[in-house]
Amino acid sequence: MFKILKYSFFDLMRSRWSYVYFLFYLMLGIVLLFLNNDTSKAVITLMNIIIVLTPLIGTIFGIMYYYNSREFTELLLAQPIKRSTIFLGQYLGVSLSLSLSLVIGLGIPFILYGIFQSSAIFNFLTLLLVGAFLTFIFVALAFNVALSNENKIKGFGYAILIWLFMAVIYDGLFLISLMLLEEYPLDRYSLIASMLNPIDLSRILILLKLDISALLSYTGALFKKFFGTNLGMISSTLVLVLWVILPVMRIIYKSKKKDF
Amino acid sequence: MAISSSFAQTVEVCASCNVKTLKEAIAIAPKYGKIVVKKGIYKEHDIEIDKPISIIGENNPVFDGEKKGYVLIIKSDSVSISGLHLKNVGQSYTKDFAGIYISKSEHFKIDNCTLSDVFFGILAEKSHHGIISNNTISSVVKNEASTGNGIHLWHCSNVTVAENELFNLRDGIYFEFVTDSKILNNFSHNNLRYGLHFMFSNNDEYHNNTFTKNGAGVAVMFSKYITMTQNIFKENWGTASYGLLLKEIYDAEIENNEFDQNTIGVYTEGSTRINYKNNTFNRNGWAVKIAGACYTNKFEKNNFLYNALDISYNSKLNDNTFDENYWSSYTGYDLDKNGYGDVPYRPVKLFSYMVNKTPETIILLRSLFVDILNFSEKVSPVFTPDDLLDNNPLMKPLK
Repeated sequence: MFKILKYSFFDLMRSRWSYVYFLFYLMLGIVLLFLNNDTSKAVITLMNIIIVLTPLIGTIFGIMYYYNSREFTELLLAQPIKRSTIFLGQYLGVSLSLSLSLVIGLGIPFILYGIFQSSAIFNFLTLLLVGAFLTFIFVALAFNVALSNENKIKGFGYAILIWLFMAVIYDGLFLISLMLLEEYPLDRYSLIASMLNPIDLSRILILLKLDISALLSYTGALFKKFFGTNLGMISSTLVLVLWVILPVMRIIYKSKKKDF
Repeated sequence: MAISSSFAQTVEVCASCNVKTLKEAIAIAPKYGKIVVKKGIYKEHDIEIDKPISIIGENNPVFDGEKKGYVLIIKSDSVSISGLHLKNVGQSYTKDFAGIYISKSEHFKIDNCTLSDVFFGILAEKSHHGIISNNTISSVVKNEASTGNGIHLWHCSNVTVAENELFNLRDGIYFEFVTDSKILNNFSHNNLRYGLHFMFSNNDEYHNNTFTKNGAGVAVMFSKYITMTQNIFKENWGTASYGLLLKEIYDAEIENNEFDQNTIGVYTEGSTRINYKNNTFNRNGWAVKIAGACYTNKFEKNNFLYNALDISYNSKLNDNTFDENYWSSYTGYDLDKNGYGDVPYRPVKLFSYMVNKTPETIILLRSLFVDILNFSEKVSPVFTPDDLLDNNPLMKPLK
């Protein structure tokens, strides 16, 4: 598996798109920091960008990589290698290279700016961690879609739809349901509903770090317990891990059965 | 003995002096005399001062009330007390024990005293024309019922409260039925309830005070003609914390204050004819939350910087005006370069309207969908009051 991972990883590292992605974050970091002059505000702006953009890029890269390397995959399948190894290796290769672009691209300007001396260092680290998590989650989702769809156009469409659903539509439905059910106690429901969407979950995780937790906990006792203590931090991180593990399990399961 | 020591109308109290307790000294001191208390620890409580006198502590003599009741009780006009350290005031659920209790007296002066482990710190009732300055008052907070207020004035007038530091109390400063008084340069922090609490007190002013990390910030209720300038309301974070809570206030001036990182910067309810000018609202959850029945309030030349929600409004009716403020979330342009944005700013977002109706929706704060919603509401307001806008939003923050 490690060999395939290495191959995928270096293959992607050499590709133009990784550099573009890396340069994009580099520019973004530099512009935000040196025009804003305030690390904690830059972290907030970055949050808005990261929770929308990393899933999108992860989805597109994941699905493109799978379809493009199909011939190579078929070649590998002819060798005496376990199937799950091949797909996991590719998956990890894509996710790692994307995460690396993100971490290094944003890391360089922040280090140059002096993040180590700033109190925003933990907020920044949370941000990078959440970005990496989102990459892993959405690449896994894209691989799932690709494994289930032979048709490239269809697969691409579904993958984009998943992103659109998670990033925008889900919140819309969530908001409407909250407004419709306003006469009922909603705290438990809204906590669970936001756990079911990795993008919402990441947003909350970062908000918790950014001192807005008091604002959130204004709402009720359960919110207070969740956002006011470490419970919120720990459980949202755990659910994020779960969000990586479950799609990866499905990749393994699907790849074992898939007929090429 | 009395004659010899009151030679200059001064009585000295110390462990090795002729007069060993303050009670004795008060008994023998002449009217308008002076008592000097030397360094030492005096275990006395319920010391009653019934004649005009000044008591001066040298090198911080300590009066230990041993938790038995009041320490000093002032029942006469023209009493001044300075440089004492009073501690261990009694605690009671029926009596308001205080470090210094002032009853029906005029022209009192209390300065440079330290009061620690108090129930009430300085409690004044029906007293007028006094000065309370440069004191440090603290307690050990347990809960609201078993802790008193730092400086508590009831039915007083023309009192100046200045340069005091108050912490770990229930309310730092509490005013009830107090008129024509001033609160200046105080630092009230880490109190269980309010840093400053006003009830039924008219024509008062407070300037240059700092209120930080109090349980619920500062509350001004049922009062008229209050002036608040250059105060700092900071870090009142918590589930029910306000920088400033206004309830049933008329004709107040709120100028040059700084509201920094509070859950709610200003919460106002039933308040009319209030002018907010040159204030800075920085990184609050809500900068201003306006509940019902607030009429003809004016917000002019304020800075609204990076608040999660700028203004929250719970009705479609609007009688308040916003003009020439700086809003960090303003996205308009200034083509004629006159310093004012060409497009009016709508401080009430659709999202803040929703949060008002269904508080749980706050969980969607800063999500992409909410941004899209806010944008569409900005283009054509349906839910938010359509006349609530700032026609001259500033392009640059005010200094």
